[in-house]
Amino acid sequence: MLRDITLGQYYQADSIIHRLDPRTKIMATIGYIVSLFLVNNIIGYAVCILFLAGMIMLSHVPFKFMVRGLRAVIVLLLMTVVFNLFLTQGESLWSFWIFNITKEGLRSAVFMAMRLFLLIIGSSLMTLTTTPNNLTDGIESLLSFLKIFRVPVHEVAMMMSIALRFIPILVDETNKIMKAQMARGANFETGGLIKKAKAMVPLFVPLFISAFRRANDLAMAMEARCYHGGKGRTKMKPLHYHLRDLWGYIIIACEITAAVFAGMIPFAIWIF
Amino acid sequence: MAIILDHVSYAYDKDNPEKKAIDDVSLHIKDGQFIGLIGHTGSGKSTLIQHFNGLIAPTSGNVYFDGKNIHDKEYDLRALRTKVGLVFQYPEHQLFEMDVFSDVCFGPKNQGLSKKDSELRAYEALKLVGLEDEYFYQPPFELSGGQKRRVAIAGVLAMKPSVLVLDEPTAGLDPKGRDEILDQIEKMQKETGITVILVSHSMEDVARYVERLIVMDDGKIMYDDTPRNVFSYCDELEAMGLAAPQVTYIMRDLKKAGFPVKTNLISVIEATDEILNKVR
Repeated sequence: MLRDITLGQYYQADSIIHRLDPRTKIMATIGYIVSLFLVNNIIGYAVCILFLAGMIMLSHVPFKFMVRGLRAVIVLLLMTVVFNLFLTQGESLWSFWIFNITKEGLRSAVFMAMRLFLLIIGSSLMTLTTTPNNLTDGIESLLSFLKIFRVPVHEVAMMMSIALRFIPILVDETNKIMKAQMARGANFETGGLIKKAKAMVPLFVPLFISAFRRANDLAMAMEARCYHGGKGRTKMKPLHYHLRDLWGYIIIACEITAAVFAGMIPFAIWIF
Repeated sequence: MAIILDHVSYAYDKDNPEKKAIDDVSLHIKDGQFIGLIGHTGSGKSTLIQHFNGLIAPTSGNVYFDGKNIHDKEYDLRALRTKVGLVFQYPEHQLFEMDVFSDVCFGPKNQGLSKKDSELRAYEALKLVGLEDEYFYQPPFELSGGQKRRVAIAGVLAMKPSVLVLDEPTAGLDPKGRDEILDQIEKMQKETGITVILVSHSMEDVARYVERLIVMDDGKIMYDDTPRNVFSYCDELEAMGLAAPQVTYIMRDLKKAGFPVKTNLISVIEATDEILNKVR
């Protein structure tokens, strides 16, 4: 359960994708996701798949790490497929008892599954190639225009990066607490729903106490180093755009254009 | 009720089985022994002790308790954990109840004992670790480090284990608190006669108390002998990042300087007598 969290799981490698500015990667990922929702034929998907495959090759991240992110949403994926398959009205292909598969249903099920699959792989590619710190820096910088509306962008970004940083620590701590309680005969595995929920109390109480203690210590340490929020704060490693980022924007623009034009090709609908 | 480890190896990373946390360890832990398990950080001692109560299953090799393989399908691991009590390093990881007394009751309750029996066990255990009555109904989170540790140990003792494994019970305590805890453990061991395994990275702490010392380095057992014999390897111990008691060094240096003293002494009193004898 706990191992499926890919959020903030950075894969260390040296590649052009890793070196890209986080802002480029965030914008490109958003662009790529938009393009996924614009296409609705097989050629459009082919463009997206080709683009993604190219990026994965460039990133030097083994494919199995991408698939790892899928495990957490496999149920959602299956449900989408099943609902689309059986509940879409249209020309009937096959029917049995109350089940009725239509041509339109099959089409939307396959497309929906592909869309979700490509979406998750694409966004894990971003989190796998960007350190959590870089990612929040990028988000902070991209959202900094909100400051005119008095949105505390820096503080929100700081909270995000702290939260991300603490995920592995708390996972580790959960394991240790579980072991300590199992050594006292605690049972986390068997029993009904209520019994299982009750069994969580000896796990959650120490976990929460420890989380609060850590939060307290961290706040103290930050104050001791004169942290006072975002105002007038400079960065040790400010973000800079390079030439490769320009290429990144050009490539993602091409991808979106290609995907949109591919969607316009009328005969493509007849192929599927 | 002896624990036997038969060629146990363990690797944390399944993709990389060559990097072993435990490397071909065989051990026989007899009833009623007071054992010290020593090794510097990362030597595999914490991993090893989790094999004793089946929290970790070995990658290869077998663990036997009382003559039975604990990783057989029918073996009741939860029952084993009440017989091999393991107290982890941080008491904060196990204290969760509103007061000390109910927290200590948690173990016996899990064993399926009645409320009355659990409370009896809890009272006994708290007395064994030497916690004063005034703390019984306080929230465990408000106690001092040493008292928290006592409560954590009591929480495991209340299950009446026949083997008690203590992972770094003195970590983070001042010298006074450390001596108090260790003295109490020694007293308890004498009273109840249970097997105690004391895990530590500090030789000096453990040497005075234990009758058998197991030294680990890099997942392997390097020495398994009486403290006196183990300390005769003080150069080798130093190479492992451990150290013999200070008196051992003094005696060794005296011998090097030409005084015909014995070097296998582990306590200050022994050393004083030896030096006085030779001086006369």
